Amino acid sequence: MAAWYHKVPAPKLPATDKRARMEGMWIKCDACGQIVYKQEVERNLEVCPKCGEHFPLPVRRRLDLVLDPGSFVEFDRGLESTDPLQFSDSKRYKDRLKASAKTAGEMEAFVGGTGRLAGREVSIGAFHFGFLGGSMGSVVGEKVTRLFERATERRIPAIIFSASGGARMQEAIFSLMQMAKSSAALARFRTVKKPYISVLLDPTTGGVAASFAFLGDIILAEPKALIGFAGPRVIEQTLRQKLPEGFQTSEFLLQHGMIDAIVHRKEMRDRLAQVLGLLA
Amino acid sequence: MSTFALDFEKPLLELEAKLVELKRHAAIGAGDGDGASLDGEIRRLERRCAKLTQEIFAELSRWQMVQLSRHPNRPYMLDYVQRLFTDWLELHGDRAFADDQALVGGLARFDGEPVMILGQQKGRSTKENLLRSFGMPRPEGYRKALRLMKLAERFDRPVIAFIDTPGAYPGIDAEERGQAEAIAACLEEMAALRVPVLSIVIGEGGSGGALAIGVCNRLLMLQYSWYSVISPESCAAILYRDSKKGEKAAEALKLTSRDAFENGIVDELIEEAPGGAHRDWEATAGNLRAAMRKHLRELREMSPEQVVQDRYDKFRKIGPITDSEAAQPEGEPARRWPQDRS
Ligand SMILES: [Zn+2]
Repeated sequence: MAAWYHKVPAPKLPATDKRARMEGMWIKCDACGQIVYKQEVERNLEVCPKCGEHFPLPVRRRLDLVLDPGSFVEFDRGLESTDPLQFSDSKRYKDRLKASAKTAGEMEAFVGGTGRLAGREVSIGAFHFGFLGGSMGSVVGEKVTRLFERATERRIPAIIFSASGGARMQEAIFSLMQMAKSSAALARFRTVKKPYISVLLDPTTGGVAASFAFLGDIILAEPKALIGFAGPRVIEQTLRQKLPEGFQTSEFLLQHGMIDAIVHRKEMRDRLAQVLGLLA
Repeated sequence: MSTFALDFEKPLLELEAKLVELKRHAAIGAGDGDGASLDGEIRRLERRCAKLTQEIFAELSRWQMVQLSRHPNRPYMLDYVQRLFTDWLELHGDRAFADDQALVGGLARFDGEPVMILGQQKGRSTKENLLRSFGMPRPEGYRKALRLMKLAERFDRPVIAFIDTPGAYPGIDAEERGQAEAIAACLEEMAALRVPVLSIVIGEGGSGGALAIGVCNRLLMLQYSWYSVISPESCAAILYRDSKKGEKAAEALKLTSRDAFENGIVDELIEEAPGGAHRDWEATAGNLRAAMRKHLRELREMSPEQVVQDRYDKFRKIGPITDSEAAQPEGEPARRWPQDRS
């Protein structure tokens, strides 16, 4: 996974700059090691102003960033897992869901709906990695499936931003089957001949990568995202060898012919609009 | 055949060894006059063997079933091909990079009717396992499968897929060549195939690497096979940070054929020979043949459009959820497969 940032105490500054010395106003970029003003990072779409590292962007900001103001209509908000296997490890799955909803501020790992992008209606959704690692259980699978079904019915383009560790272990076989369900809905969507743009974010792996995320008519990725089927730790453990530098990054995938283009966050909306203009 | 035995099989194998010994004595001493008493003893021992088999296998834990699914003497895909089909013609290669021997495919006849067969194939020896990557396909394996599925569709041949893999191969080369894309493409293309697809889990059904040949109209599972999102060892490595706790993970994942059946994922469970498929390949293949015959006959009644819609409906309904805000901004979209697909 690309670098994260973490909060650091304020650096020593002239006594006159009181505001900047407030707690939690500064963050350190793990990619370049520089200390940067938090508000500046926020203004810069959660991209490091010093080195261009893309930090995670909350799912609603992600959608706002590319859609016409006020055009997003969320669907399927109320979908909830029934915990069909009554899964429990060190914690009960039900409790994990509750805890995640609290910390992530989202009810599930995916938000989907419709909106307008450069004036064009689209069926659009994005993963929230902060909710159980963006994992796909029955709710996420259902939301993605409905996203494609809605796009099919209305004959409009589909766009998905993926950021996921893969299928959700706690719903076991049900999670696995969501890969088939969502891919089948996508197969059906192809008949209306509207583009499906898949945007791969950091990280996109496992069952999400191995289903709709890699089936885009156009596949874009943010810079330096971790993208692949097996996670790097799994591969390292299996092969008992160090992985090459830059393995499974967006740049690696572009070089190996697996994606169409790498797009900087601040150019994402324009690129999506361009694709829609050329294909939709 | 290896002499490998699982711990819980050992009492049974010991008893059977006694039986073999007794039968040998009976054969030698047939003319000595005590043949009759030995006959009685043999029959008694045979009954005890049958009873013990029943006792051991009536209450297997999920982990024991996983062990059976991996039994080194268990029949693999090509063993079933040999027993259930005629006129087998293996077809090689993805036409782009290589021929992956972990995923085998080809044409053959089932009850005289031409069909396309796909399946992961494990090896019996160390050498063969290296060649077949322990049944873990690479992208070229999935791309071969995809090529053969399209071939089957073009010539209106049903697809029969034998699932037996711990998962897709996790390696540098597999990632470089697009493992995720290769699996994803299989899922989508299979969903849209205009010919019947019958998938059968014969051993291990591990993650997307198994599902890639599992988007089917009918899913069958052998009694001692498993199917889940992850292997129990990998699950344990993540949940308990200890890959040796597979037994615990197997319970949590509820991964057995019976679990899958109770969860509505599987259409029919296929009974194995007493003591497991490895104890009698012919009997197990016979049970499988009967089920395949029934399902293929039913699927052959459907039009290409019905076959695609049937498959869509099968997967569309999987995923238990509730909706606390049942009223949508607008009505639910219809789920019919458009008829105009060319
Ligand atoms: Zn930086």
